[in-house]
Amino acid sequence: MQKLTNKIKGNKLAQIILLVLYVLVTSLSLYLAQASVTAFLLLLFSLLLLYYTELPDRLKWVIAGVVLVGVIPFVSSTGPGYQSYMEVATVVGIYVAMALGLNIVVGLAGLLDLGFVAFFAIGAYTYGIFATGQAEKFMPFGDFPLSGESFWIFILIGCFVAALFGVLLGIPVLRVKGDYLAIVTLGFGEIIRIVFNNLDKPVNITNGAMGLASVKPPEIFGYQFVYPNQFYYIVLAILLFVILAVRRFEFSRIGRSWKAVRENEIAAQSMGIHLVRTKLLAFAIGASFSGMMGVVFAAKQTFVDPTSFTLLESITILVMVILGGMGSVPGVILGAAVITILNLQVLTEVTNYLNQLSLNGVISFPEALAPAKMQRFIFGAILIIFAIYRPQGLIPAKNPVFDEESLKEGSKKHRKEQITVEHDKGFQA
Amino acid sequence: MSILTVSNLTKQFGGLVAVNSVDITVEKGSITAVIGPNGAGKTTFFNLITGVYQPDKGNVQLGSTSLIGKKPHEIARHGIARTFQNIRLFSNITVLENVMVGLHKQLNAGIVGTLFQTKKVREEENRAQEEAYHWLEYVGLSQHLNEDAQNLSYGAQRRLEIARALATKPKLLLLDEPAAGMNPRETRELTEFIHRMREDLDVTIVLIEHDMKLVMEISEQIFVLDHGEKIAEGKPAEIRNNVKVIEAYLGKSAVTPA
Ligand SMILES: Nc1ncnc2c1ncn2[C@@H]1O[C@H](COP(=O)(O)OP(=O)(O)OP(=O)(O)O)[C@@H](O)[C@H]1O
Ligand SMILES: [Mg+2]
Repeated sequence: MQKLTNKIKGNKLAQIILLVLYVLVTSLSLYLAQASVTAFLLLLFSLLLLYYTELPDRLKWVIAGVVLVGVIPFVSSTGPGYQSYMEVATVVGIYVAMALGLNIVVGLAGLLDLGFVAFFAIGAYTYGIFATGQAEKFMPFGDFPLSGESFWIFILIGCFVAALFGVLLGIPVLRVKGDYLAIVTLGFGEIIRIVFNNLDKPVNITNGAMGLASVKPPEIFGYQFVYPNQFYYIVLAILLFVILAVRRFEFSRIGRSWKAVRENEIAAQSMGIHLVRTKLLAFAIGASFSGMMGVVFAAKQTFVDPTSFTLLESITILVMVILGGMGSVPGVILGAAVITILNLQVLTEVTNYLNQLSLNGVISFPEALAPAKMQRFIFGAILIIFAIYRPQGLIPAKNPVFDEESLKEGSKKHRKEQITVEHDKGFQA
Repeated sequence: MSILTVSNLTKQFGGLVAVNSVDITVEKGSITAVIGPNGAGKTTFFNLITGVYQPDKGNVQLGSTSLIGKKPHEIARHGIARTFQNIRLFSNITVLENVMVGLHKQLNAGIVGTLFQTKKVREEENRAQEEAYHWLEYVGLSQHLNEDAQNLSYGAQRRLEIARALATKPKLLLLDEPAAGMNPRETRELTEFIHRMREDLDVTIVLIEHDMKLVMEISEQIFVLDHGEKIAEGKPAEIRNNVKVIEAYLGKSAVTPA
């Protein structure tokens, strides 16, 4: 076994062949056994394998694209489970984007935010209000609902509105630090939900607890998006943008200033970093990802009400970030996927299975330990196990590795005028 | 010509007057030391200059601009950089990135440029890496560029703090106990290094230090604080024989013959 793994390590061709083989086998089994959730999960797992191969980044992106755009939708499309698989994949995508947003705030800038779902809610309501007749009730002009074609613009609007709220809320909230910040953001998250719940009077803006029904589905050139398999592609596109954006921010001047603030505020300031602006930027950019996905969520559900945006949601997103690995983009993606799939698929499957057993009289559960009730317990137990054995997260954050040789050249070239080379020896210990 | 003028500077913490009506003038291009027993108010003095604390009274002037009421990051942008007595590195990022943070205010990459990775932003980023690497070479840490800052030895961490401060291109560099925790050889090298910084770079240096050998060797002007008050100032030779200073360090009995 040891020999085999050593052989595979460093041999890119072998890695590609194995990966393709793996994808083929799992695809085929999903294709043939449509009801098999296991096959579906194993197929998704191929993306994780892909991450660990030593292929060049570009090739990895291409393969991931092929698997996500082509293979997964295609092989699951023939059976009755198609829409439910696509639904799971879509929800995973939505959570991944949110978790990546929160990762900027918590993982990179080190600001513990327990009310993050608020920005998701803001995105959802932004579209929900204008894509239903609701806006008629308070808008002095205009014709509502807006058509589904406005959805595409609303992705941008949701992004900006959420970012704006990120800044507005950040201004008072960022006066406090650490534990206090967590509590204030928690309060803020609840306030947003409660405001949406009560903003049906004096002017009816959100329709209160009744929520907004029949949100217009997205539409383009007369083509409507109503089914999960259609939303899947919208989410995939946004997610691609989000991942790209996060990676670019992470290793930029802006990302470094976030990390500097996370590591040591006083030192960061003494380097000329504007503390408040840096934190607000993290809040705004993190929030904007959530806002975009909020718009998608409203369109996908065709219904928005405050119960979708509880504290538990905020906590779940935070758990995704922590479980995945704070500050680690691949980790957070994996964390979000694992938690969502656990919640939506695995735990419900396990519960169903146990229920089946007890119905057949194989085992009998006392009332208090009914499988449905155990679901949360199992979830919690899994989290505790991870927290103990993988405190750094599933894929811990990695720092960039710089190429010393090219820097050496560049350093000479650029700074000759300032300091002569003879000083380079200096201050050696 | 003076670069830093501090007048009547006062800071109280509750009932404790940590800095009491201190007047200090630092000449441009000089090496100046601030000494005094533990708790004399030296670090507080630095914190007042760099905007970490706001003074209750008095004025701090860099060249002709008053720094009173300015935030730490604004003061940094005016050209003051510092190191910290209790090292404050960005522990979990690499050594090179630590120095790159020091370049922050000289870089311009904004949201849009970063998002689209414009040519300008990519070039700026490359230049920043090279420049940061250059500063690592200057303090002799270039071989550690990819290590996490927290994994460096104590002496190396202090040097990294200096490299990071230098990257901001300061006019005035404040070093808070740079030799603390160093062995005699390291201290000797540091002494040389401080001299060289002043020659190579157009920078004025003020340092707080307990190592008297280093202080006497290096500084052109010395200020002595005790209980928040300036009790003496002068050239090393003058300070060495100052009765008040000996008293402050060793107690009254040291100067009154038994
Ligand atoms: N933030 C603060 N709050 C309250 N008291 C403080 C604060 N900072 C410093 N002090 C007090 O002010 C006095 C001066 O402290 P400071 O750190 O400036 O001394 P120092 O001269 O740097 O001493 P050392 O040589 O030990 O570093 C001390 O009595 C200290 O306890
Ligand atoms: Mg001190």
